[in-house]
Amino acid sequence: MTSNPPRGGAHPALVELTLARLREFIREPEALFWTFLFPMIMSVAMALAFPAKGAQPVHVGIAPGPSELRQALSNDASIALRDIAPGNDLRALREGDVDVVVTPGTPPTYRFDPSREESRSARLVVDNALKRAAGRADPWTAREDAVTIAGSRYVDWLIPGIVCLGIMNNGMWSIGFMTVQARLRRLLKRLAASPMKKSEFLLAQLIARLLFLGPEVAVPLLFGVLVFRMPINGSIANIAVVSLLGALMFGAVGLLLGSRVRTLEAISGLMNLATVPMWVLSGVFFSSSNFPSFAQPLIKALPLTALVDAMRGVVLEGASLGAIRVELMILTTWAVACFAIALRIFKWR
Amino acid sequence: MTDLAVRCEQLKKSYGSVVAVDGLSLDVRRGECFGLLGPNGAGKTTTIEILEGLLAPDSGNVEVLGLHWMTDERELRQRLGIQLQEAQFTDKLTVEETLRLFRSFYDRGRSIDDLLGLVELESKRESWVVKLSGGQKQRLSIACALVGDPDMLFLDEPSTGLDPQSRRQLWGVLQRFRAGGGTILLTTHYMDEAEVLCDRVAIVDQGKIIALDTPKALISAFGAPKTIVHQGTLEDVFMSLTGRLLRDE
Repeated sequence: MTSNPPRGGAHPALVELTLARLREFIREPEALFWTFLFPMIMSVAMALAFPAKGAQPVHVGIAPGPSELRQALSNDASIALRDIAPGNDLRALREGDVDVVVTPGTPPTYRFDPSREESRSARLVVDNALKRAAGRADPWTAREDAVTIAGSRYVDWLIPGIVCLGIMNNGMWSIGFMTVQARLRRLLKRLAASPMKKSEFLLAQLIARLLFLGPEVAVPLLFGVLVFRMPINGSIANIAVVSLLGALMFGAVGLLLGSRVRTLEAISGLMNLATVPMWVLSGVFFSSSNFPSFAQPLIKALPLTALVDAMRGVVLEGASLGAIRVELMILTTWAVACFAIALRIFKWR
Repeated sequence: MTDLAVRCEQLKKSYGSVVAVDGLSLDVRRGECFGLLGPNGAGKTTTIEILEGLLAPDSGNVEVLGLHWMTDERELRQRLGIQLQEAQFTDKLTVEETLRLFRSFYDRGRSIDDLLGLVELESKRESWVVKLSGGQKQRLSIACALVGDPDMLFLDEPSTGLDPQSRRQLWGVLQRFRAGGGTILLTTHYMDEAEVLCDRVAIVDQGKIIALDTPKALISAFGAPKTIVHQGTLEDVFMSLTGRLLRDE
């Protein structure tokens, strides 16, 4: 400003480039939606899918009308009975309306799908209830000590993964897409025709991206803490370090993918090619240890796997940065390599 | 210090088997306005982009303001003002924000108010680029080319798509730039524009210069050969030299 008269009232180029990117982003309602509302919707969906209640009853199908069976089962609080007309039992099982269907007889018949966990446990509950009602004497009843260990539930494990998914998607799509669009509009070429420093332009894209990172990470985490009582065992500073590194890294990946592409269709294809395998492989929704052991080194080297593992380590286990240094090194390597290659092969026209 | 703003010799550029520029040489003097005329696909844009340092020629020498792109790119970029064909600025930045952005790239230059006045966009200062008319966008583009107070302007079809008022307004801006000692190299389809603005014009066809002189000399040499009533125009010169067949884009 006045301290820098040669610029005639403008900020330094890096600031102006970052501001331009931020303004463009704020003035784009769709971009705001995807960045902030999407994680919230995702979190609400999770809240509905994993209600923070106690144990759920098992759903047992039974023929309508009074019967001895009904009498025996309705005494058990952990059983929810549903009337299933004869002939409909297979469909009810398939659609998940009931976990097991009981047909009277001596002995009664349990119809269930042993490959479904809910079905197997429902069968055990029903079996127990019926045998007890038939007069089975248990040698003893164990003393039950029910506790809820916050941090070990699926939802605790899932939320840090969702946060990382957001970092990946927003980073890659916003930067990759913006770059290709600016190339299509020949804005990149116009900028290259000016004395603008090219590295400053690329850097500004990454910086602008980081300024939105705070709310992006905080919203789903806070949601987890407030709604699910998810514990945050690590320090906020460490979460910030992991998020920053992750965002920089995926920004650099987005920059690399967008460095030469000329159409929005092509960049969409490339983005999907890069992200969809990681949605599956990197252990966001289910543990990547389900994949065969020969694939493990490859999966561990994926950028999203490293980010998810580092984030879960910090949030759930309270890991220090030293304890996740391998993941941090993988993230740094991806970031530096992608930025360096992008800078080298980037096409301005 | 040379009195030539641009000197290029034997420029050649091919895209695969298509020869875009085929051994083109030209000089632009300091302080003059030089026009490149030619049908679509003649190689005008390729030529001007080579001179702007945006394209590397396959062979040939280029010197701009006595400097070379290979060694003096940083200084050249500071001293040149460039307007590209069909380049679009960011839709959702305002006119003022766009100018401030470009201003920040230059070590020296004009003030934003000055530029807005020059291209008569003061009333659009706060408007988003996407809301501007074609003529207003073109004026913004010229303002961005002038933002670093350049010694020389490169303009690629600056008045394409403009209505007559906007064209005249643009001509005024360019004439004022020249009055301040600036050099201009422009490409155009419009013969009247070349006649009004240019000291010398080169007619380019198939990557070569087929005629180069002042508009007046070209008109007396080639124009209006078939009529005595009609005072020749540069358009007549152009048509007689490049033929009357329609060209593809």
